[in-house]
Amino acid sequence: MIRFVLLSAWIGLLVVASHWMGQEAYRWFPVQASNAAPLVDDLFSLETAIGTFVFLGVLSVLLWVLLFNRAEKYDQEDGPPMEGNTRLEIVWTVIPLVIVMAIAVVSIRVNRELGVLGPMEHVHGGELIEAMDHGPGASAAGSGSLQVDVIARQWSWEFRYPGAQVSATELHLPLDVPVTFKLTSPDVLHGFYVPAFRLKQDVVPGRAIDFSLTPTRSGRYRLRDSQFSGAWFAANQADVVVESPEAFGSWLEAASHQPLQPGLSVAADEAERLARQPAGGIRWATVPPAPPPLVNVPGSNSLPHDA
Amino acid sequence: MTVLTPTSPSPSPPKSSPPTWLRYFSFCTDAKVIGIQYVVLSFVFFLIGGFLAMVMRGELLTPAADLVDRTVYNGLYTMHGTIMLFLFTFPVLNGFNNLLIPVMIGAPDMAFPRLNALAFWMFPVFGLVLIASFFVPGGPASAGWWSYPPISVQNPLGHLINGESLWILAVALSGISSILGALNFVTTILRMRAPGMGLFRMPIFCWTALAAQTIQLIGLPALTGGAVMLLLDLTVGTTFYDPTGGGDPVLYQHFFWFYSHPAVYVIILPVFGIFSELFPVYARKPLFGYPFVAIASFVIVGLGLIVWVHHMFPSGVSQWMRDLFMVTTMLIAVPTGVKVFAWLGTLWGGKLKLTTPMLFALGGLINFVFAGITGIMLATVPIDIHVNNTYFVVGHFHYVIYGAAVMGIFAAIYHWFPKFTGRMPYEGLGKLHCLLTFVGANLNFLPMHPLGLMGMPRRVSSYDPEFAFWNVLASLGAFLLGVSIIPFLLNMVSSVVRGEPAGANPWRAIGLEWLLPSPPPIENFEDHVPTVISAPYGYGTGKPLVEHQGEIELALALLEGRA
Repeated sequence: MIRFVLLSAWIGLLVVASHWMGQEAYRWFPVQASNAAPLVDDLFSLETAIGTFVFLGVLSVLLWVLLFNRAEKYDQEDGPPMEGNTRLEIVWTVIPLVIVMAIAVVSIRVNRELGVLGPMEHVHGGELIEAMDHGPGASAAGSGSLQVDVIARQWSWEFRYPGAQVSATELHLPLDVPVTFKLTSPDVLHGFYVPAFRLKQDVVPGRAIDFSLTPTRSGRYRLRDSQFSGAWFAANQADVVVESPEAFGSWLEAASHQPLQPGLSVAADEAERLARQPAGGIRWATVPPAPPPLVNVPGSNSLPHDA
Repeated sequence: MTVLTPTSPSPSPPKSSPPTWLRYFSFCTDAKVIGIQYVVLSFVFFLIGGFLAMVMRGELLTPAADLVDRTVYNGLYTMHGTIMLFLFTFPVLNGFNNLLIPVMIGAPDMAFPRLNALAFWMFPVFGLVLIASFFVPGGPASAGWWSYPPISVQNPLGHLINGESLWILAVALSGISSILGALNFVTTILRMRAPGMGLFRMPIFCWTALAAQTIQLIGLPALTGGAVMLLLDLTVGTTFYDPTGGGDPVLYQHFFWFYSHPAVYVIILPVFGIFSELFPVYARKPLFGYPFVAIASFVIVGLGLIVWVHHMFPSGVSQWMRDLFMVTTMLIAVPTGVKVFAWLGTLWGGKLKLTTPMLFALGGLINFVFAGITGIMLATVPIDIHVNNTYFVVGHFHYVIYGAAVMGIFAAIYHWFPKFTGRMPYEGLGKLHCLLTFVGANLNFLPMHPLGLMGMPRRVSSYDPEFAFWNVLASLGAFLLGVSIIPFLLNMVSSVVRGEPAGANPWRAIGLEWLLPSPPPIENFEDHVPTVISAPYGYGTGKPLVEHQGEIELALALLEGRA
């Protein structure tokens, strides 16, 4: 009886600790800046809680045997010859099965929800990029949404607003307005990854990939190349500015009057600096960076960002 | 059996004609020599791969790319991964297969000793090819160990011999060597077991080796085919993976992961085998639920072959594929859980002896459970979309490979060292090594998880300043891991030279290998293979493992002059 009470108390303690860990998990993420982010964070919190319980449970058993089942130094006896227990085997096959399948069902439901919100990509497989190019003003998701063409290069990001004939190396998005990106790459694989949006999509040369999301928080965020793309992969980042639709409108308007100028490319800058320096240290072969794209607004990639 | 062995068994005991150390540098067909060749050479590459990791963690101490050039960083991380997998983990486990399978099943040698030696001698060849690629113009391969096209076929200098082509050559040779090895191990296990040793009386290590080598036979041809097409794209301008010529870069990813995900099970299954061997010895209890543990390995093989797309969730695969492969991936938790619970059941109520190998195995088990939990998180599509290709993944698989597999490998080395050298390793140095490894690995790899959740991509030579804190911790952990190798090497060298004589069975373990002298003679039991009469791990049951066990043990004691 006393053992049952103690065991129940211990399990209760683990449940409390696991729940606390699950809540704590939200703080490990960057700010939530898209409508997908809460869904992802909730799922992660749930799995953190379950995982913590499993981990602490296993650890408790190990701690117990380490404390109470150690052989004395000169004890040469064997332990009790328990060879197995079929009922236990069934229990610890079925319980994990139920847990992981429950997680899978919840995850598939979240997948569906994300699919409705838009962040799951639609691939135009096999079609040539040229064939996908549509005229100014075209919008995949109909009225009330924004279309942005994203071109990932070795090593720069270029954002084109086909409706307004504007291009930039800093991505501006209006708050709470659905946006559809058309992701293309002329060279190698890249990854379109904005941690604050919890969204990632590889950019595959030879395909145009449509990809939608809705920003839900104003601020300045980082877009990072997430699929290794060569020498300046780490520097292939851009800023994403989410602002009110009014501010976005005036930015777009002002941008359309700007003349074309070289956009941001850390890679191009560094390569130029390296070319001027006398060779020092080991340097291995790389393709040269593409020239910075000509854009209306270079923007910045050195201002403080929220995530 | 004599048909299968190249030389007839020598009638004189091996102690009267001590073979020279030169045989370790020869085309020797003795599985025990080949095993030691594999293990020692793989640790040479382990040191090289570890050194590359130290330089990388040095670079990542600060946000800017300031220690080495970015191109050099990319080459270093590519070669670190390649060396650690193809030149350390696979070969060291093949070394264990060679050392352990014949003695555990009572075979005199491998089924195909010459093939075995050939498979080994390909290892220094492709090792040399890979290391040589550091010195070709343009430097080594630097597209990551996945070598995804189009980046891997960019070939900026346009030479025919370049880092990438040597890399592909080395990987293909390694694949051929592994296929030869797999044929040998599978045949040996299936055909050369001692009389009375049915499959369900076979030690679990042999079960896991059989399961792992089955994966090699099924999966490696896919990787090799994919690699050949990559080599053709790179050198003669075919367009298998080039969209401008009608190819598809994502196709390569399928070929690659069709093998390279199951490859993780090629690594971890034998480590599960090591855990299953060690826990009964040091808990003095039978393995809990032996038949379930044995079967679980093959359930893992079956499932492991249908999960590869979980590496490609953001690559442009359709939604139904994402859902399907998420479910198959999560199912792997079930047979894996059966094993983990079986180990806990084995330890429960036992009489634990916390020797160095036991401590390594316990540490490896803890790290593995942690890695399993983050593995479920990574299988979850919406979470994976966020953390894929971030440091979360790097943290996860280093918990698997270093935290669990390398700790299991060290456990095995300390456990079977006396058997194959005849001498005991030092416990003090061993425990120090274990402590440094466990603390170092956790300090190195735990901080990678918050980094990934925060959104730090993997494979970067520079990063934003907000990631600095956890990176400094990770680097300190990495340097601690570097330090942890010193007591290990010290222990190995000094124990071989002047460790205490081990005797046949220093751990009082049950198993055919412990009924042989340490080190075992060239042909193991020769013509006197004992007949197995009980299940393995009969601790506390009082049942002998083989017929005439008392006489065999007495003869061993006489041989050691302790009777």
